[in-house]
Amino acid sequence: MIGADAMVRCLENEGITTVYGYPGVAICPFYNSILDSKIQTILVRTEQNAAHAASGEARVTGRVGVCAVTSGPGATNLITGIATAFADSIPMICITGQVNSELLGSDVFQEADITGAVESFVKYSYLIKNVEDIPRVFKEAFYIANSGRKGPVLIDVPIDVQNAAIKSFKYPEEVNIRAYKPTIKGHAVQIKKVIRELEKAKRPIICAGGGVHLSDAVQELRDFAHRHRIPVVSTMMGIGVMPTGDPMYFGMVGNNGKAYANRAMNESDFLVMVGARVADRAISQPDLITTNKILVHIDVDPAEIGKNVGPSIPLVGDAKHIFDDFSRQEFECEHEAWIQTLEGYRETMVKKRSPNPDYVDPAAFIEMLSGEMKEDAVYVADVGQNQIWSCNYHVVRAGRFLTTGGMGTMGYSIPAAMGAKRGNMEKQVVAVCGDGSFQMSMMELATIMQHRIPVKIIVMKNNYLGMVREYQHYNYKDHYSVVDISGGTPDLEKLASAYGIPFIRVENMAHASEKIAAFLKEDNTMLMECLVDPMDLVK
Amino acid sequence: MKRIYSVSVENRAGVLCKVSGLFSRRCFNIDSLAVGETEDPEISCMTIVSSGNQRTIEQIEKQLNKKIDVIKVKTFEEKDSISRELMLIKVKYNRGTRRDIMEICEIMKADIVDMSNTMMMIQICDLPERIKVMLDMLKSISIVEVARTGTLALPKCVDN
Repeated sequence: MIGADAMVRCLENEGITTVYGYPGVAICPFYNSILDSKIQTILVRTEQNAAHAASGEARVTGRVGVCAVTSGPGATNLITGIATAFADSIPMICITGQVNSELLGSDVFQEADITGAVESFVKYSYLIKNVEDIPRVFKEAFYIANSGRKGPVLIDVPIDVQNAAIKSFKYPEEVNIRAYKPTIKGHAVQIKKVIRELEKAKRPIICAGGGVHLSDAVQELRDFAHRHRIPVVSTMMGIGVMPTGDPMYFGMVGNNGKAYANRAMNESDFLVMVGARVADRAISQPDLITTNKILVHIDVDPAEIGKNVGPSIPLVGDAKHIFDDFSRQEFECEHEAWIQTLEGYRETMVKKRSPNPDYVDPAAFIEMLSGEMKEDAVYVADVGQNQIWSCNYHVVRAGRFLTTGGMGTMGYSIPAAMGAKRGNMEKQVVAVCGDGSFQMSMMELATIMQHRIPVKIIVMKNNYLGMVREYQHYNYKDHYSVVDISGGTPDLEKLASAYGIPFIRVENMAHASEKIAAFLKEDNTMLMECLVDPMDLVK
Repeated sequence: MKRIYSVSVENRAGVLCKVSGLFSRRCFNIDSLAVGETEDPEISCMTIVSSGNQRTIEQIEKQLNKKIDVIKVKTFEEKDSISRELMLIKVKYNRGTRRDIMEICEIMKADIVDMSNTMMMIQICDLPERIKVMLDMLKSISIVEVARTGTLALPKCVDN
């Protein structure tokens, strides 16, 4: 047995079924060994998308996603995907091949100091120099990636280590990392304190972030909110913690969110932020969420608490455990008037859009699409105007809403949708992107066809990098600079046909409903182009 | 506000880089940084002197604790610690300045550890502020080169 066989055995021991990647000489021993395993390989068309695909899989399955690429440019191409996963705390193992360990540091062909390069985007990284370390390193890496605050872990393996004979392979059963003991259970005193304050609160609210999904605390949070009738808002990463139509849900906060959600949060007297990092897009004025209210900040990462805002009650721990503990506390709270106020806001503070009838209205279209999609479908939003429309108009019922909220990486949706579909082939998966983000990831149509991954792709085409155009509209008085992509976007119908993908175009809302039905009818790959008014705005 | 962080870390390749990288990435100041092995060869101790507001000071400790190679962080103020710095200074001398230099060394409790016909090397181990005084005193003479360890510190001895 050689190192490469051991690496594959480690993945098998972790229950990994798919590896996304792109080979090169330095990772060839690993890709040679994987042929003898049941683990399937998905050959992406550029390395960044291997990371996004692993991220998509991890997010729908709750398991660690795995990608494997070669040294040098293969590894550096992965960086944006790693940084994207890091910003959203997605558990992932990134395996990179490396040049011969004796040549490390001598700038040989395809050598890149990848552990150094990714230092600020990974939870941890390893450079394996001794083949006997492989089982321990993999065991630790999987544990680190999927515990505490989750995140990507990179393992760099020189080619000679992959080829070296390993004396005996034994996958460790336990991990013991002296300095890594994440706090999972919330402090009992703090939990009681939260409940005591909640009892007194007149206007309580919960703001749920992506951490609620990551800790699988969705059900616990919903139960708690329903039982005590506590209104819930969410950040972009927290969309789907509550079904959109839930009476206790009051929308997404933030500068791209609902006005009534922000108002609800600001007017509350007791705010529970859970699994959210209080970043600028969600909370543009941190002082508003601390004045005149008790702020409870729940996070598994102690460094998040007090980083951007000083809470009245800090509570370190895993959201699932903490809401479980909350549910065991007996107490009564009464704030029906507050709920009625918020219901009033939700009804009246709705922005009126005046869509151009010559085009597809993204708001109406996305609502219609949500209604037609399967109840438990996965909706993957890209980045740009399409993302903001998706956040605001997609109706989550029992499915998931995936997007990259932290890094805002264009081109995320198609590879992430591939991974999400691979993670659960039974589920319907729809990627919604713009014509800008589509062109950043359209090479993956090849992957989708080669590996028969039936994802649905919708391109909102407006011939602009719409989000930047909108920014220039507001901030530079329509002085548009490098945002017009009209001359270069390919004919998507011809492009789809070149890949053998069925295509549907939606010009306006007239036949949108039938076209959506046709688009979603079968579990196959399809490309839909929606023509959107280039001058449409999300604000 | 000034704080001294005594950080126990795994004695592994790349750990210094991870810790210093954390400071640069998060825009934390490093006034000085000293690293050395401890009594346990698997553990190194980094002494980091940094300054910032209350939020920064707290974040430095939390972010350090988050690093998987960081075993323990002790944060303390100067007044609660014993701190020392070692400096080696090479100065040029002539007959006119030799006496002055020797007097300064005597007053400051510094040692002359090496000498040639034109230069001498002085060693001083003292409080960081006394090191600064020594440096200022010798500036008016003729400093050739200087090497400093940065502050080393441990919390004061307290019986439990």
